[in-house]
Amino acid sequence: MTLEILSWAAVVLILATSAVILANRDWRLSLGALTLQYFAAFWLITRHLPFVMGSAKLITGWMVVAILGMTKLGLSAEAEENAPTFLPRGQWFRLILFAAVALAAAGATPRIESGLPGLGLQVIAGSLFLIGAGMIHLGAASDIFNTILGLLTMIAGFEVLYAAIESSLLVTGLLAVANLGLGLSGAYLLTAGTVALESEETL
Amino acid sequence: MSAPFLWIIAPLFASGFILFFLRNRFASLAGGTFSAALSLVALIFPMDVALLVGPFSVKISPAIQILGRSLAFNPAQGSLIAAIYGLAALWFFGVHASGSANRFVPLGLMVVALLTASIAVEPFLFAALLMNIAAMLALPLLVPLYQPPGRGAVRFLIYQTIAMPFILFSGWLLAGVEAGPSEFGATLQAGAVLLLGFAFLLGVFPLYNWIPMLMEEAHPYVAGFLLWALPTFTIIFALGFFDRYAWLRSSPQLFSAIQISGAVMAASGGLFALQEKHIGRILGYAAVVEVGLLALALSVKSPNLTDIVFLLLIPRGLELAIWSLALSIVKRRVYSLRFSELKGMARKTPLAFAALILSHLSVTGFPLLAGFPPRLALWRELAEQSLTLSFWVYLGLIGLLAAAMRTMAVFLMAKENDTWEWNETWTQSVMLGVGVIGLFLLGMFPQVVQPFISGLPALYQHLGP
Repeated sequence: MTLEILSWAAVVLILATSAVILANRDWRLSLGALTLQYFAAFWLITRHLPFVMGSAKLITGWMVVAILGMTKLGLSAEAEENAPTFLPRGQWFRLILFAAVALAAAGATPRIESGLPGLGLQVIAGSLFLIGAGMIHLGAASDIFNTILGLLTMIAGFEVLYAAIESSLLVTGLLAVANLGLGLSGAYLLTAGTVALESEETL
Repeated sequence: MSAPFLWIIAPLFASGFILFFLRNRFASLAGGTFSAALSLVALIFPMDVALLVGPFSVKISPAIQILGRSLAFNPAQGSLIAAIYGLAALWFFGVHASGSANRFVPLGLMVVALLTASIAVEPFLFAALLMNIAAMLALPLLVPLYQPPGRGAVRFLIYQTIAMPFILFSGWLLAGVEAGPSEFGATLQAGAVLLLGFAFLLGVFPLYNWIPMLMEEAHPYVAGFLLWALPTFTIIFALGFFDRYAWLRSSPQLFSAIQISGAVMAASGGLFALQEKHIGRILGYAAVVEVGLLALALSVKSPNLTDIVFLLLIPRGLELAIWSLALSIVKRRVYSLRFSELKGMARKTPLAFAALILSHLSVTGFPLLAGFPPRLALWRELAEQSLTLSFWVYLGLIGLLAAAMRTMAVFLMAKENDTWEWNETWTQSVMLGVGVIGLFLLGMFPQVVQPFISGLPALYQHLGP
């Protein structure tokens, strides 16, 4: 019973963090929410995978957050000042869209559970919320940082669901590499253009 | 020695060595020679057969275990690996001539090694993950550190990443469909998810908008390499799906969907190329047409399906390599690859111009060139099944042909007093010359690819004759 309650708490945490990532434009807050989101995803993953394999996903996620955070910190203050931190119209639009997606996901969850028994309502709901939030974020994002956040959120949702149907160590490892790769790609793309062309060697 | 070590792990180590210790021409030579050697080994030494080489007995075992799963090659895949590494060698030898970044060779070799792993990994579904990682590795090639990333590169990353969950889920759904094929809802879901996954991976209409964008933003040689490597392995992956799941082979709806998307890609790619004024983007649309042709080849109901697919894949690597190299050489002399900047360039870079036009014509299926025999074979099969589909393919290729004519006209629009100059270096001249000879060789004697494709139908026992 306690496990069930904790799992539902993880789903609520996913909802809250997804909404925060979608609505705000402050990268510090977004990365903080992503950190918590990975913790909630970790909890749902460990419903089907051993604790150690779930921990690998949690650590990978937090490493990605660290990579993105360090990169953002390293970028010039000028670049940050130019970036929009608050988009009033976009903010409400995205929140309303997320509410619609969350409602649709909540409606689909029991149907999926009846079609694929054993996955668990919380796992399905958490996964669908993450995938939906990720897709909205991808659709609404116009900058690289938010695009990467959208991809990471979507992949986290997929991982939660896939952990319930595939427990291979190789998949866990490859997904961890894919997540890290996404974080590193994001860091690279964020940095690209901020380095001056100095010599033929850098070509 | 094991095959996965030889063709996956060793190239990864070699790429690390090249990345840290070699530069410029040496990197290009080392990467090209190493790939050519791997290709030769694949061609000469059959897997899982003990051979006596002098006093030594050599046997390449086809599989190794990693994290509880296996990387296993089918012994019949030797010729396929030989073709892949042979074409990769061609790309790597051309790197120095193209003026691409130093890291092209090591990262390119890593991409090829990972994609080769994708045809060996068991269960084969996990290939989607390896392809995703390979796509991420390619990003530093597409976006130089001094240049802000463009929309094409970002969309490329998004689409390749989104494809992975779809493919992995579809495999799981397909397993369910195999268990109970009578459930229409389940088959529909599995088919839709699978098609979406491949649509993102291959850039099926309308998801191919990143291809011309990328050709405009990135170095043509790098983008051309990706447009060769990723669809090639995706098609091989798709063949694996068709071979393994009986339901897929017997679904008329799925084949119709593939046929229609292939025809739309071929026609729209050709027509977009026709109205394009940027020769890099024209290459992008030509690559779209080729993917459309490959999709159509996958959908023909013919015992020669695998032959046609591989007959299309091998010249494709050569065409794209020469075209991209020629574009790179031209790009070094002009501000942009727009028609307005290229007037009279035929007199400044005559060999690059000739190679560019010939590779372009080859993609359109011009007789005597490499693209002609596979298109003829595909057309014959298509015409037997649907004249409408053949017409759309014809329209697309006519569009590409018209684009070639426009490009030729622009390159030849020189001022009267402009003189002919030979500005290509000897390396560039040799690479382009060898490539053009290859185009004619494959066009006039298509049987030269026979050693590479003769054993491949055995890989796909349910698709072959």
